Amino acid sequence: MNTIPAEYYLILSAILFSLGILGVLLRRNALVVFMSLELMFNAGNLAFITFARMYQTISAQVVVFFVMTVAAAEVAIGLALMVEIFRTKRSIDIDQMNSLKG
Amino acid sequence: MLIVFIVLAFVAVGTAISMLVTRNAIYSALFLVLNFGTVAILYLILGAPFIALSQITVYAGSVVVLFLFVIMLLGAEKLPGGEPLRWQRFLAFPLVILLVVDFAVNINRLGGTLALIDLPPRGYGEPVEIGKVLFTQYALPFEITAIILLVAVVGAIVLARPQQAGVSRRDLYKRDTQERK
Repeated sequence: MNTIPAEYYLILSAILFSLGILGVLLRRNALVVFMSLELMFNAGNLAFITFARMYQTISAQVVVFFVMTVAAAEVAIGLALMVEIFRTKRSIDIDQMNSLKG
Repeated sequence: MLIVFIVLAFVAVGTAISMLVTRNAIYSALFLVLNFGTVAILYLILGAPFIALSQITVYAGSVVVLFLFVIMLLGAEKLPGGEPLRWQRFLAFPLVILLVVDFAVNINRLGGTLALIDLPPRGYGEPVEIGKVLFTQYALPFEITAIILLVAVVGAIVLARPQQAGVSRRDLYKRDTQERK
């Protein structure tokens, strides 16, 4: 038994993506929300790699590489914003980020 | 092969759930490392060794270390107080279950047309092949990614800089020169 149906990978990717959405919806800690975002990126990448394997194309792997790069940049900016918000608000509770300008 | 996949899938889903459930953000980050590791092994099985290793270095390496740094810097492992919006939870769970069912139905509908995935052919997904495609067909997007990273670095430095750093630094410099005189 050396084969795995591609559906299994796609369903795993869907479950991971949904868990990421759940984290974004439920958690109040902004850092955990960011981690859930990374989880969703990861699930999308897994689906991409699965399709790359299915169609034997290498381009999808290159796209996944780009997604990773952009995600890394996004994390750097996001965490810098988080530090800045913590400096003004003294908290990273998302429920408290309810006013503009300070 | 199937057994390996099932074990990895369970570990991935389990670590994702524990990441969401734990109250301590540091444990969340560590569960995230484990999750990235298992997904990297899945990439290896799918014939993407280059992506698997960049997953380890970029995500499990730098991104999670950045998370841990920020968590420890802010001391934000735990938030005080309970959940003020309980009704959100009752709304979120059914919606997410609906989403999973929707995904599953759609994937099932594709069922017959999707391939069986066996061991990848030799040489598929090697770094050499990816490099060839990356630097010929995708050379322009590659350069754009470089600019995005540069912008991100500059933006992160500008955002995380202490307030009025330039002024104080200039004052320091002024004081220093006056002392020298």
